[in-house]
Amino acid sequence: MAVSSGTRTIISPARLGRKRGKRIYWGLLILVILAFSVAFLGPLYWMVTGGLKTGREIAQVPPTLFPQDPNLTAYKDAWTDLNLGQLLLNTVIYAFGALAFQLVFDVAAAYALSKLRPVLGNAILGLILATLMVPATTLVIPQYVTVIDLPIVHWHMLDSPWAIWLPAVANAFNIFLLKRFFDSIPQELLSAAAVDGAGPLRTLLWIILPISRPILGVMSILSLTAVWKDFLWPLLVEPGENTKTLNVGIYAFSKGLTQNTIIAAAVIAAVPTIVFFLFLQRNIMAGLTAGGLKG
Amino acid sequence: MTDLAVLPPVADVAPRAARSRHGAMRRKLFDNLTGHAFLIGAVVCFGFFSWYPMVREFIMSFQQTHRGVTTWVGWKNYENVWHDAAFVQAWKNTLYFTVLALVVGYALPFFIAVLLNEFRHARGYLRFLVYLPVMLPPASGLFLFKYAYDPSDAGIFNYILKTLHLPTSEWVQSQAMTMPSLVIASTWLNMGGTILIYLASLQNIPGELYEAGELDGAGIWRQIWHVTIPQTRLILSLMFLLQVVATMQLFVEPLILANGDGNQGSATSVVYLMYQRAFYEHDLNGAAALGGMLLIVLLVFSAVYTRLAPKQETD
Repeated sequence: MAVSSGTRTIISPARLGRKRGKRIYWGLLILVILAFSVAFLGPLYWMVTGGLKTGREIAQVPPTLFPQDPNLTAYKDAWTDLNLGQLLLNTVIYAFGALAFQLVFDVAAAYALSKLRPVLGNAILGLILATLMVPATTLVIPQYVTVIDLPIVHWHMLDSPWAIWLPAVANAFNIFLLKRFFDSIPQELLSAAAVDGAGPLRTLLWIILPISRPILGVMSILSLTAVWKDFLWPLLVEPGENTKTLNVGIYAFSKGLTQNTIIAAAVIAAVPTIVFFLFLQRNIMAGLTAGGLKG
Repeated sequence: MTDLAVLPPVADVAPRAARSRHGAMRRKLFDNLTGHAFLIGAVVCFGFFSWYPMVREFIMSFQQTHRGVTTWVGWKNYENVWHDAAFVQAWKNTLYFTVLALVVGYALPFFIAVLLNEFRHARGYLRFLVYLPVMLPPASGLFLFKYAYDPSDAGIFNYILKTLHLPTSEWVQSQAMTMPSLVIASTWLNMGGTILIYLASLQNIPGELYEAGELDGAGIWRQIWHVTIPQTRLILSLMFLLQVVATMQLFVEPLILANGDGNQGSATSVVYLMYQRAFYEHDLNGAAALGGMLLIVLLVFSAVYTRLAPKQETD
């Protein structure tokens, strides 16, 4: 089970072992399990069943705990009215494309900063890490202006996936995570590879990347969920009917739709992330603390 | 690529001494070029989408563009933003949200984490539950709350309140309840991550400290106060900073739950005001001025806070 089942916490094992302690422990545990199930699964139940209700039933007083005549009409309407198939496809393309660019450029940069250490490397690292202090939403206006007319090359990126992919590379946290991991790889390993005549690219691909799989996994999960959950940025840079993300699309297309259709759309939009979570639960939760947030 | 190989330091010693200085310099140049070749992709992206926008934000905020002609206008954009009737309201709302989110959302995840850490059973299940809302796309989660906050008695929250014989509420449609409603939704949706981070740091507390506390006759509350909180104070202090910075950027919650501005501006946040100015009033320069103000406020707050907050070495 969990890592720490052996270490003691506030309540001593001796007290837990006593009859009274046992009774309180089990009572409290059952109470907490019930309360948390209601608090965290209850709303999801409410959402899923809301989508199964008719437009009239969902506005009914008092609300019905079980749909009287459950049917999938609202889900079908949501799928077609909100163009959910297209939105889903867009989001997948944005999220995986952004991940691919981050894996190439951020890994290469972190490797250079950690192992190749070219001149001015530390200055660049400093500038990159400084952006961690800048709250993302405060910069969206100048970023938007940059994206509608990229300086020097005058590239209009609005409504193209590039407007999500390239800004995603400018992620200082990725560089920080990767560099810290690469720093822990002993130099002798790289020297041995160099003696065998491997250049920096081959060293990266054949030596560094295979041992970095855990950190690459963490980075991938963080990166995918970040793009999937992002709202303000895709709202600004993907304004077209057919380029929106799932998240923005259900907001933008919700106007004028009935409550049950909107709720059904919200359920459908949540399915991919919930499935993703069910499969990668352990990795996702472990990745959360991987940032070395221990201070 | 392979002929640009970086030779290892070990192999450098003997043969290199014989080589000309010219060769050594050329190799050094090659190594540096290789290093920069690896950096270039990320540096270009940081340049265009991070460093340049930081400068551009402030340049823009002192300019105005009319019919394609850009001129310097001094502090005019700031004055416009300042005299906007919603300006003071937006800052008040944002601060109110931040404070309320701290009152509700700061202590709660910590105590949930302390409680969950005591259990020896169903640990995985409980963790899974608290993290579930975090995985919902924000729009999904917020539409769920919009549905639950239905001001008529058809809403589930009002239904529950009514069955418990408590007064019902108009939630986001009432001026007084707008912010509390947003805080409840936001806390439920985001708390899971914080709980898991606290749980991880609680597991690093050595059990002997609790044993010692017990020998001194400390009860549960004194154990928490004298052992748990001091042992996790670094992470508690970091999460405080992160939470304040995150909540000051309030945007999606008012946009989806309260149509952006709520009842007579009761939901307008600074970021929403910025969004409105840029995309409804087509005043990107004024919006940049607002963004710049928020940026400075948060940077100054973070700088002052990190100076005053507990540091690692004081152990």
